[in-house]
Amino acid sequence: MSRRLLEGSEAVAEAMVAAGCRFFAGYPMTPFTEVLEHLARLLPEYGGVCINAESELEAVGMAWGAAATGTRAATGSTGQGLSLMQESLAELGNARVPLVVLNMARAQGDYFQATRGGGHGDYRMPVLAPQDAGEAVELVQTAFELADQWRMPVLVFGDYYLAHTAQSVDVPAAGPAPAAPDWALDGGTGGSGRAKLISPLGSEKRRDDVGYDLQEHYRACATRVEEMAAGVEPQAEVVDADDADVIVMAWGTPARYIRAAVRELQAGGARVGFVRPITLFPFPSATVAAAAAGARLVLVYENNQGQMIDDVRLALEGRVPVKFIGGLSLDHSGFGIAPDLEVTTMRKRIEEAMC
Amino acid sequence: MLIEREGLQVIDTDRPPAEPARLVDDFTPELVDVGTHGLCPGCGEPIAVRAAVEAIAELGLTQRTIAVFGIGCYTAFSNNLDVEVLQALHGRAPSLATGVKRARPDTAVITVQGDGDMVNEGLQEVLHTAARGESVTCVMLNNGVFGETGGHLTATTVLGQRTKNTLDGRDAREHGYPILLADLIAQLEGAAYVARCSVNDAGHVARTKRHLTRALETQMQGAGFSFVEILTMCPTGWFIDTLEAPAYLESTVAAVHIPGVVKDVLASRG
Repeated sequence: MSRRLLEGSEAVAEAMVAAGCRFFAGYPMTPFTEVLEHLARLLPEYGGVCINAESELEAVGMAWGAAATGTRAATGSTGQGLSLMQESLAELGNARVPLVVLNMARAQGDYFQATRGGGHGDYRMPVLAPQDAGEAVELVQTAFELADQWRMPVLVFGDYYLAHTAQSVDVPAAGPAPAAPDWALDGGTGGSGRAKLISPLGSEKRRDDVGYDLQEHYRACATRVEEMAAGVEPQAEVVDADDADVIVMAWGTPARYIRAAVRELQAGGARVGFVRPITLFPFPSATVAAAAAGARLVLVYENNQGQMIDDVRLALEGRVPVKFIGGLSLDHSGFGIAPDLEVTTMRKRIEEAMC
Repeated sequence: MLIEREGLQVIDTDRPPAEPARLVDDFTPELVDVGTHGLCPGCGEPIAVRAAVEAIAELGLTQRTIAVFGIGCYTAFSNNLDVEVLQALHGRAPSLATGVKRARPDTAVITVQGDGDMVNEGLQEVLHTAARGESVTCVMLNNGVFGETGGHLTATTVLGQRTKNTLDGRDAREHGYPILLADLIAQLEGAAYVARCSVNDAGHVARTKRHLTRALETQMQGAGFSFVEILTMCPTGWFIDTLEAPAYLESTVAAVHIPGVVKDVLASRG
């Protein structure tokens, strides 16, 4: 473990290597690009491979192939690039291939894409949303563990601020890459009568009945997603919710501005609490419901037109009114720098909504 | 029952058989788990897949091979082989193969894709994989139609070919020209071995196996990307009689997609 001043992109890249990731493929796109740059430099130093894929479709395909050999693998992009990857993200869980996927998003408009399963079929994946580089380092490690445990893709959701803000972070030393698990392909079972198959159509060979039974397979996949949704511990940060009159919610880097605004309001005597979901899926519904149990109002900030607010409403089941205080805020670049994200502005929004 | 016709003893097919059909031999090739595959009578794909697994076995690569399958009729074999298989999405096999090979350079990696999969859906994938000189072997089973959907135009369909969405035949003015993929790939520096062959008769099947063997040898010597395009019969998708399909392939498909070794870097190095 060493404490270093790193921008978020480099911290994430270092954390991936520390977590045993030895394969990465990506296609440049702001604000994800620097993660690719750092991994292109870092991975060969650790005997790994980083490929500059010719498209996001190929990036996720390459990572799929490497992951199928039991190599810890990752890919990433921004939300736009992830849109191109959705067919693969939808099928990786069906094929039981673990993969860590990074979304260095532009603002927060990809919440639905991340949490609803942005592709086809009945699937979800764990989604982890760090607020800063330090938390990103921890959640990257968690993401690889969850991906291996559930054998499905796991999304780590950052943004422009996370990628480009430098801060002191504790980076664990890179250990050896974990050994390939039993299910991984290496060619060795060929000719044994039990050669391995890894397929999104079902990896059990059905020798007596040629072909795939898709209904049986897709139901089994859906069951595994249900088990994951129940088995992954939801995480959230809760601040002073116990006797709060109003709860304010936000996620990712904007939550840091909201929390600061909540602190200012508290200093002025207002009974305001703060809840920040860290796992966006599974959503920390029980934590949100408990935190808001004594409140008269829940306010939700997001740098989009209102997406997580749906999950807040589902968590509260109509027991507490929920108001949106967010809204898309972008500078002219469109990369995710938000002129609105300023503590005084946030405090005024909360104050107006509380009245 | 044998009868004499035009001086020859032939089976009488003008009346019901005297005895029910019986299994003479249920030979299942090595590395194929189950003899049945559910593909149409006259299909060329099982012959091509068999040639591929025979080449793998004869090169001693059985326990080092990972086959990456695309999506098409031949996907019936992704669940039916005794070599390790990674099933890809439609068009994406070359990028999965790239990831496999880079992560496990000691393996032999072969993709099996159709023309719809490789040329329509995933042309970019195979071209970039070839240009990168990836040490993998990509195999295209080219029957010139989307067989699994029931006989529709692909990017390799020859001019004049009738398909379900070119009922009057492929017309260049309406539907453009077929892509001759082997010739396209051969132009890329990263491609070390490129061949086109067919499975319409025993001689061509033997040549197909030789090309597949040479492609795998090229891969195992690390010489670069290797590619084998195999012309296969699809009487169902061509809407012709099963028995006419091999001759149709020869006269129509192979007249445009011309068989032969297009590039062999190892041979030219001596």
